[in-house]
Amino acid sequence: MAVLTPQRPAPGSGAPERESRRLGFSQRLGRWDVKLSPYLYISPFFILFAVTGLFPLAYTAYVSVHDWSLLGGQGEFVGLQNFSDVLAQPTFWKSLGNTLSIFVLSSVPQVIIAITIAALLDQNLRSATFWRMGVLIPYVVAPVAVSMIFGRLFADQYGLINSMLGVIGMDPIAWHGDRLASHVAIASIVNYRWVGYNALIFLAAMQAVPRELYEAAVIDGAGRVRQFFSITVPQIRATIIFVVITSTIGGLQIFDEVRMFDATGLGGPDRNWMTTVLYLYDVAWGNQHSLGRASAVAWMLFLLIVLIGVVNFLITRQISTSGAKSRPKRKSITRGNA
Amino acid sequence: MPTKHGPVRSRTVATRRRAAAATLAVLVLPLTACGSLLGGESTGSDGDDDAPITLTVSTFNDFGYTDELLARYTEEHPNVTVEHIVAPTSDEARLQMLKAFTTGDGSDLADVVAAEVDWLPELMEHSELFEDLSDPEVNKRWVDWKVAQATTTDGKVLGYGTDIGPEAICYRADLFEEAGLPSDRDSVAELLGGKDATWERYFEVGRQFTAQSDAAWFDGTTGMFQGMVNQLPAAFEDPATQKPTDLAINNEVRAIYDQITGGIGDGLSAGLEQWTPEWTAGFQENAFATMLCPGWMMGPIESYSQGVTGWDVANVFPGGGGNWGGSFLTVPSAGLHTDEAKELAAWLTAPEQQTEAFTTAGAFPSQLEAQDSDAVQSYVNPFFNNAPVGKIFTARAQSIDGAPHKGRYYFAIRDEVNNALAAVDAGTNSPEIAWNQAVQTVGAFRIKE
Repeated sequence: MAVLTPQRPAPGSGAPERESRRLGFSQRLGRWDVKLSPYLYISPFFILFAVTGLFPLAYTAYVSVHDWSLLGGQGEFVGLQNFSDVLAQPTFWKSLGNTLSIFVLSSVPQVIIAITIAALLDQNLRSATFWRMGVLIPYVVAPVAVSMIFGRLFADQYGLINSMLGVIGMDPIAWHGDRLASHVAIASIVNYRWVGYNALIFLAAMQAVPRELYEAAVIDGAGRVRQFFSITVPQIRATIIFVVITSTIGGLQIFDEVRMFDATGLGGPDRNWMTTVLYLYDVAWGNQHSLGRASAVAWMLFLLIVLIGVVNFLITRQISTSGAKSRPKRKSITRGNA
Repeated sequence: MPTKHGPVRSRTVATRRRAAAATLAVLVLPLTACGSLLGGESTGSDGDDDAPITLTVSTFNDFGYTDELLARYTEEHPNVTVEHIVAPTSDEARLQMLKAFTTGDGSDLADVVAAEVDWLPELMEHSELFEDLSDPEVNKRWVDWKVAQATTTDGKVLGYGTDIGPEAICYRADLFEEAGLPSDRDSVAELLGGKDATWERYFEVGRQFTAQSDAAWFDGTTGMFQGMVNQLPAAFEDPATQKPTDLAINNEVRAIYDQITGGIGDGLSAGLEQWTPEWTAGFQENAFATMLCPGWMMGPIESYSQGVTGWDVANVFPGGGGNWGGSFLTVPSAGLHTDEAKELAAWLTAPEQQTEAFTTAGAFPSQLEAQDSDAVQSYVNPFFNNAPVGKIFTARAQSIDGAPHKGRYYFAIRDEVNNALAAVDAGTNSPEIAWNQAVQTVGAFRIKE
């Protein structure tokens, strides 16, 4: 890849420039066509993004600096009052802790399990399509339905999991009482839904890895595990970054699963599993009736996601570049040995 | 209208549907809004009494307004066509109404809009959005506290009452018998104190019961707290100043809190939060022996208790009377035909129509005349050991005096105390810590306006 990339632009950019110098209007049109068309073709996306993405973002910022009640509408300008009100609420901080905890408990195992499943599916299996589609089934099920099923599994007193724990002589776990247990339960709902989806993305990337690399590795005597860590993982690192970032964004916005986790849908009596998105919803539509504060929460959450996204990107890039650096070294060693 | 609704709006709804409702609301709203908009605008002008018009009515759950009933209105008023829009849950209907006012002036709403008693405080904040329905003649129809619930401090009446939820005590006669307590409904009423029943007595009998039985005395804290706090004339706010009472020194509420947490400590609570799968399973597991029970609760009890026999209703309620739930028909001012809409709302909530609604949907009527009707008085519920529930709930409705003051802070504060109780009930927090957390959270609300 590193060799191919610089070569490609050379013929593309060089050729039209040379021709265009002494040409007339129709050719100039043609030149504009070449230069502008690509931007025109992709412009619908950016125009749509501006309308559906940027405008709400800016408008939310506008709402967040006003006293803005649900029924009363826009009030006076209050500056950063909404932000300080929210920061003063213990529930906000608790929701932030819950969000991070559920995020870590869901995203990390999710990526690890997904990549493992993908590696297994990448082997020569009988009826490969069947297995590959099989892992996607949970993704097809509506999140609300998934949450209802898991709600029965994780019920505290008469739930299936606790009954089974009882059979093998263990104490029941307070899935709705203990904070960490509730996070594990919610994270497993999220994981159930997203693991298969991510596995297929990883699988697609793995299929694109040149098979010669594996053949060479086999000749060099590398086992399956060594192949996986030395060839597969470095080769699909761009995909790993993609999946890590999308699952980070998703993980920080968990709503359906927590909303459905109990009858109230507001994170339990102690707010033990209220995520920040759920808190945002409650601030606006619940008893506080404050769209201003909800907008403030939305903006803080946005900044947090950007921050974590950047950290994430840096870490993942660090891992992948160090992987890339070490690869030639290893190669030279093996070559030396051979 | 059996509003599957608890004291806490958010805590109340039949569980599983509600989140679906929340997620769907956004998708569904524009559609329904369009529907009502078209309906409302259709034809005719306000000036001409005989011009054909279409009026829309939006309700939720099952108000018992059948197509035949609405067609009868058209027979009596040939120029009026009535369209009926039904939302599946009251939560969805509430979101729909709030959304119409958040994004516009409410002209997207139907001409006649049903509202649950629990949302009235938030609507009263903006009473200018609704027509004043006060009419001395019409207002005599209802039990007086029903009208009081919908009356603002300056005397405006926002809605005509439909149904109410007077509370009695539902109990398991078989479990009572096993524990050596009297089990027929008159003796149980006497056991709990009859006309002078108190909460002390109720908890005391509970201690006697649990000493002799594996079952708990009541299901969970939500219903208990709602029933008890509803008997305080001004639980969380000062009616004169409209300001919230400092929860830290709110001794009346603290007394109720201590009484319930004391009951939890003595094992009286089954620790089941209403509308959870646990709670519904609890009916099958004989988890508890009594419930505070508004009329509409009998439907859910029956459906969750399949195979269980022994439920009965006692004509008694500790500490006086209690009401849980019930709805109103309001007329938003933004509608094009507000006069005709008022007339329709008055007709729908007239005793004859509400008696019919009771027969079709089981919604207990709030109109005195409808309560006296044969349909209500002769109604017995076979599942509850043929209890004359029509008579019982009529008596319970008349034992209620006045409507407690509920201002803009009411539900915010009540939800937090309720959360504290639920945490103690679930065993995740001690009473003292949970109370302090509630005080702290309420302090950080700083609701403005």
